[in-house]
Parts: sequence; C-alpha cells; structure tokens
Amino acid sequence: MKTQNQRAWWFVTPVLLLVAFNALIPMMTVVNYSVQETFGDNLFFWQGLDWFEQVLKSERFHNALGRQLFFTFMILIIEVPLGIAIALAMPKKGPWVPFCLVTMALPMLIPWNVVGAMWNIFTLPDIGLLGYFMNHTLGLSYDMTQDPVAAWVTIIIMDVWHWTSLVVLLAYAGLVSIPNAYYQAAEIDGASNWAIFRFIQLPKMKTVLTIAVLLRFMDSFNIYTEPFVLTGGGPGNSTTLLSIDLVKIALGQFDLGPAAAMSLIYFAITLFASWLFYTLMTLNDNKS
Amino acid sequence: MRMKSLVPALYILFLMLPIYWLVAMSFKTTNEILAGFSLFPQTWTFANYIEIFTDPTWYWGYINSIIYVTMNTVISVLVALPAAYAFSRYSFVGDKQLFFWLLTNRMAPAAVFALPFFQLYSAVGLFDTHIAVALAHCLFNVPLAVWILEGFMSGVPKELDETAYVDGYSFPRFFVTIFLPAIKSGVGVAAFFCFMFSWVELLLAKTLTAVEAKPIAAVMTRTASSAGYELGLLAAAGTLTIIPGAIVIYFVRNYIAKGFALGRV
Repeated sequence: MKTQNQRAWWFVTPVLLLVAFNALIPMMTVVNYSVQETFGDNLFFWQGLDWFEQVLKSERFHNALGRQLFFTFMILIIEVPLGIAIALAMPKKGPWVPFCLVTMALPMLIPWNVVGAMWNIFTLPDIGLLGYFMNHTLGLSYDMTQDPVAAWVTIIIMDVWHWTSLVVLLAYAGLVSIPNAYYQAAEIDGASNWAIFRFIQLPKMKTVLTIAVLLRFMDSFNIYTEPFVLTGGGPGNSTTLLSIDLVKIALGQFDLGPAAAMSLIYFAITLFASWLFYTLMTLNDNKS
Repeated sequence: MRMKSLVPALYILFLMLPIYWLVAMSFKTTNEILAGFSLFPQTWTFANYIEIFTDPTWYWGYINSIIYVTMNTVISVLVALPAAYAFSRYSFVGDKQLFFWLLTNRMAPAAVFALPFFQLYSAVGLFDTHIAVALAHCLFNVPLAVWILEGFMSGVPKELDETAYVDGYSFPRFFVTIFLPAIKSGVGVAAFFCFMFSWVELLLAKTLTAVEAKPIAAVMTRTASSAGYELGLLAAAGTLTIIPGAIVIYFVRNYIAKGFALGRV
C-alpha cells in the first residue's frame, strides 16, 4: 500500500517543469497555428476550425494515413510473432547468451539516418549486396527507386531488421523469469510444446509483450528518418508516410496552418490508438 | 536442439549482413565502389577514415553528438530519480494522470515538434547550442527514464525505507547511500536507454543546430548532398557511428535482458 503524501509533488516538480517547457509551449504554438491564417509579417487572422476540416476532407491526408496504417499493421503482424519465435529459440544460459543479446541489440543503437543510408547502400541494384543478389544472382528486376512494390518491401524489411530485436529482448526477458518448476510440472503432466507455450510462456510474457506492442506501435506510427533517407517518400508518393507528408507540408511548403491542424489530428490518433491497445491488452488483468 | 539454435543464428546473420556491407564499403576506394560489385574490398584503403579524422567538420560532428548525448543522459536520469521515487512510493492527488501525461510525450511524433522547437529555442537564445538538443531530447527521454526507474524502484521492498528511517537516516542520506545502490542496475538501464534514444535521434538534433553544435548525423546528410556521390566516405562515417553504441551495449550486456523489460518481469 502506498502512503498518501501530497509533498511528493515536490519530487516530481523538476520533471514536470522540464517536460512542460518542452511539451506545452510547442504544443500551444501548434494549436495557435492550427486556428489562424498568416500571410507573413507576423500578422495572424482567426481561422476557426477550417484547417481541421480541410485536412480531414483532403484526399492527400487520407492516402498518407492509409499508407501509414498499412505500414504499422505490417510491422506489428511481422515483428511481434517473429520476435516471440526467436526469443523461444534462444538459449537460456551459456556463453552464447551475451553474444546473442549484444549482436541483436546492435541495430537499435545505430542513428536512424545511418540506418537509412546503410540500407540504401545495401540495396543499390548493381553495387549493393542485396541489390546485386536479387538482380544478378536471382535474375529478378529489383530497384526500389523505380518500383513501388520493391520500395515497400524494402522499408518493411528494413524496419524488421531495425526493431524486431526489441520484441525479442522483451519476450526473452519474460521467458527467463519463468521458474524451472513450471516446466517440470508441465513435463509430469505430459504437456505438449504448444500447451507449454499457451498456458505457461505466453501468460508470463504478457506484461512485456504489452510494452513491446505499445512501443512498436508508437514508434512505427511516428517513423520518419529511416524511410525518408531510404526512399524520400517515393517513387512518386508511394512510400510517403504521415510524418514525411507532414514535414513536406510544414517545412517544404510552409503551410503552417494545415500542417498544425494535421499535427494535432496525427497526435490524437496516436494517443487514442495507444490508449485502446493498452486498455484491450490489460482488460483481463483488471477482471481477475 | 540443433534445429532450434538455427533460428537465432539465421536471425543474427540477417542482422549482420547490412552492417558488413557498410563496413566493407568503408574500406573500398570510390573507384572500386563505382566500378562494380565485389564481395570483399579488393584494394584496402584507410583513406576514408583518415579524411574523417583530419577534417574538423567531420570529427567535431562526433564530439558534438557525444557532448549533447552525455548531457541529456545526465539531466534525464537526475530529474527522473526523485520523480520515479515519488511515483513508486507515494500516492498523491493526480499521480496517475501525471504519469500518463508524461508517457503521452513519448508518443508525440518528432515531426510535429520540429518547427515549434526551432522557434522556442531561438526565442530563449539557445539555438545551436549543445544544451538545446540535450533539453529537447528530454521530451521523450525523461518520461522513459521515469517509467524504467519506477519499475525497478517498485521491486525494492518498502521495508528498506522504513528500516532506514527507524535507524535515524535522513532522507537524502538514505537515498544516496542505501536506495541508489539497491537500484543501480535500474539506473544503468535508464542511462542506457537515454543514451540510445538521444544518440539515434536526428530530426530534432538537426533542426536545433546550425554550425556550433552540429551532430554527426547532420554532417553526414549535408556532405552526402554537397560532395556528390562519395559512398566510401559516407560508409566510413556510418561505421564510426556504430562504435559508441556497441561500446555502451557491451557494458550493460548483463542487464539487457532485465532492462528491456523495464524492470517489470
């Protein structure tokens, strides 16, 4: 039981001030832009909710949102099961454990633009390892600067390469915390591998998998740098995800009003979906 | 059993291939790269690395990045420690709402904040300083550090606090001499995550800097466009950005499994 203590607020004050400075002031700037129109010279005119209406009705936004949802859906459906499968196959102890953990964590510590540049070099049709292999060894025609399908496959594989390890390491942390007695009991009962997975391993991994799904959802939904460096949103607009489109509108065309309205809608979707995931995944906890 | 260990082996192979290619590319001459495909460098060259280590624009990029990442890690962990203690030990008016609000900042797309951040930090006169980037990265690192530390602190029984008070410890002395050592792996993990997310982030770091505090990642993108197609140089710069991360992981390798669960296993 926690102690009631209102003076605990003093402990959280530094965090509160720091995050408020970084979050509230920029957020208010965005809100300001979203309801006004400017023609430069710091002259602003009240615009009401027009920008929101414009963004919500624009086909460009619908398309970017559709691509974003498809991307995030593919990421979750591939990375989560794959991560669990790899974690299950990893050794529980021995000299290989630190080796596996270190090599698997490595992609996550590479700066995001380097990830994009690295995959660019890797997939160049004639001089990249993957590009050469696909074009000259397998005889396929693979060029992600020309072919939207190839571009999509590449950004998805790049993200699988970059972030599956997060799911692996979280799931692995859940697995090693299961006491051996559970497995011994399962053996006595003659439980199948599937039953062990379904009734022992999966429930034990539930908390960490919730964190994994939430983090993967938020980060894949907000992804910007890696696909921007790799494909620049192209060919055409085929891989222009929400963040890429937003930066194009805000910093490329300097349409601050629509960009601000789009930002707020974007943030609201992320918040709502994260809340939904969290509520759904912790539903059973509250019942029991 | 052998079949089973094939899965992680193949996965690690898949992870290493693009990294291998980047490293191999960094030891090739530009001529060799453009001449065609070769699995290994035919004529090894260190010219790309020598250029990076002798050109101040390049090596200052690394130094700038390391400065603001270190500042950010120290600030994030220091302010997160008391807050995480409050969340794990006390209940107070608005605690749950505050915790959730902190986490929502982890969900904000960086693209949303790029322009307002530029205006805010210009207005307070911090544009193009290391501290600006360090403070901006607190937006997502402080909530994460609070979350991780709270998990580890909740794993320490409350009796530890009570015994210390009965023994006459003051709060600061208890916190530093008894409590901190008890959660030191948590502090290590929190610092690791702050380092990681500050090191890999580019959009805000690039927006908030021009010359004085320009991060290595920004030097890379600008060089890539101005110097044309110097793939070997780009690959060498990329290879060097992997090294700090690799060193940091090596130090925390024994805490990684627990740390990635944010103390919640």
